[in-house]
Amino acid sequence: MSTLNPTVAGTATTAPRSSGSGPRKTREGQRKKVSNVVYSVIAVIVFAASAFPVYWMINSSFLPTNMIRSTDLTFFPGSSFTIDNYKNAIFNQERAPFLPALGNSVLVTFFVLIVSMVLAFLASLAVTRFNFKGRKAFIIAILAVQMIPGEAMMISIFRIIDGWQLLNSIIGLGIVYLSGVLPFTIWTLRGFVAGVPAELEEAAMIDGCSRAKAFWRITFPLLAPGLVATGVFAFIQAWNEFVMALIIMTRPESMTLPLWLRTFQQATQATNWGGLMAGSVLIAIPVVIFFLIVQGRMTGGLVSGAVKG
Amino acid sequence: MSSSTLESSPAVELKDTLKPPKKRSSKLPWLLLAPSLLVLAIMVGYPLVNLFIMSFQKYERAQLMGVPAEWVGFQNYTDTLTDPVFWTVLARSFAFMVVCVFLTMAIGILLALLMMRLNKFFRLLVSIGLLLAWAMPALAAVIVWGWIFDTQYGVVNNVLTKITGDNWMGHSWLINPLMFYIVAALIIVWQSVPFVAFTMYAGLTQVPGEVLEAASLDGATPAQRFRLIMVPYVRSIIVVLIILSIIWDLRVFTQIFVLQGIGGIAEKTNTIGVYIYQMGMAQGHYGTASAIAVILVFIMMGISYYYVRQTVKEEEL
Repeated sequence: MSTLNPTVAGTATTAPRSSGSGPRKTREGQRKKVSNVVYSVIAVIVFAASAFPVYWMINSSFLPTNMIRSTDLTFFPGSSFTIDNYKNAIFNQERAPFLPALGNSVLVTFFVLIVSMVLAFLASLAVTRFNFKGRKAFIIAILAVQMIPGEAMMISIFRIIDGWQLLNSIIGLGIVYLSGVLPFTIWTLRGFVAGVPAELEEAAMIDGCSRAKAFWRITFPLLAPGLVATGVFAFIQAWNEFVMALIIMTRPESMTLPLWLRTFQQATQATNWGGLMAGSVLIAIPVVIFFLIVQGRMTGGLVSGAVKG
Repeated sequence: MSSSTLESSPAVELKDTLKPPKKRSSKLPWLLLAPSLLVLAIMVGYPLVNLFIMSFQKYERAQLMGVPAEWVGFQNYTDTLTDPVFWTVLARSFAFMVVCVFLTMAIGILLALLMMRLNKFFRLLVSIGLLLAWAMPALAAVIVWGWIFDTQYGVVNNVLTKITGDNWMGHSWLINPLMFYIVAALIIVWQSVPFVAFTMYAGLTQVPGEVLEAASLDGATPAQRFRLIMVPYVRSIIVVLIILSIIWDLRVFTQIFVLQGIGGIAEKTNTIGVYIYQMGMAQGHYGTASAIAVILVFIMMGISYYYVRQTVKEEEL
């Protein structure tokens, strides 16, 4: 079964096309052509519908205020192209400043990324390479914990972080995020570790490697795709997270980027949509780039690791 | 290979690699687990216990400042369960979740089927569009949609004015709770469809081509091929996607919270997550909010029970 399946999966998309005999083929071929056109049109509509908000965000971010506040729609900045919104978003001193928020976001994201990768690697080795009492309980706990909504926990998490005097600190927020991403990263990485044959480690150990060295030299490099996929997940989570930051980072100077973005909307004045769109672009750029780089692995990983039939 | 469902699962080939582990050792695995266990115990276990305790206490702002909390038994729970507002919020959250999950799954599956029929170029085009929607940070996405539906200068009002000839400028989409939810559902579905579509596509491409070919030679219509052949192959993926969508859409917070900030009426548009925030963090009724949170945790556990059980079974742990 296991040797057959990959080839079967490979032919799945191409196989149906070879069906039918001669005359039937042409009639079917014509119908196929018509339906191909219909499908392509639908594809273009789907693309437009999914991408429109992103396009509109970028478009608006390069328009001067008078063209944003206008009853005429501008679909392309053209000659009125301006980066004033970006300057305003980054350098305006009336709101919480951009650069410290960027710094906070980068710090907390890297903290979560690195620590979660290390911890998840160790934990996933434990649950895939060893048989011990409590292993099943741990895996069930990991699955169950992911279902607990953060919104339900925010009050007690706030109290704990407050009690440790860690409000408004990168470490405080980082630990909260870490506990949020760890179950998923362990679970996903576990699928990838299981994909690396234990025989490789055993062979290395027969050749004189210590067990730790076998993990590090043999298994770890083979996990690169898994580490990238889970790392990107941790990165995106920490970079985007908003609810916990809202309750833990209460001072203006300790804001992360999502909180900074919210300061554009003040009850006292009309929303600065141009600046807000520029801010949104700035926040979205790293996420979109990382996402696009690993997208194939993301879905592959989700099917084989997390969701996996 | 313990059950018959496994045999038809597209991920059968993975089963062999997920064999039960071989080495037996008592200390080393715990050493490897220790750091993760520590973090989870401190940041999930302890707050959970804390939450449970608080739900049986009279816990207000004063208690946060250090006044000892008084035990009130099930008072917070009876208060919550007899409060019509709680039931309204709960019913609203469920109704909203059902609509979002249904739309997400239906559109996601249709897009997966579409992607299977497209040539490389158009498939790439659809993938790029979906990836952009998926990759957008939720907060930025809500803000952008808020701008699209903006009362004064939003593109939706503008285009509607041009198409219908009526004056839509100044029409507020978020002030009417029903329209608020339609906009919120649009945002959530827009962002959740890509995950479903890609996962379904990955699953559907693993359905053996010979079987589909045989079925179409036997005269099965595309609808029959989907229902009778594809669905059984990807049933477990569909179930998992539905359960995950239910969980994600039931606990929706950012979208509702930010849309309320842009222009909705909070009391009429709260979902359960936002309600807990309002009750606890905003109004300072921590005890009552904890009781609601505990109820939510139980609801979530109930919903995910099947998913956890199924996953554990299929992994042959």
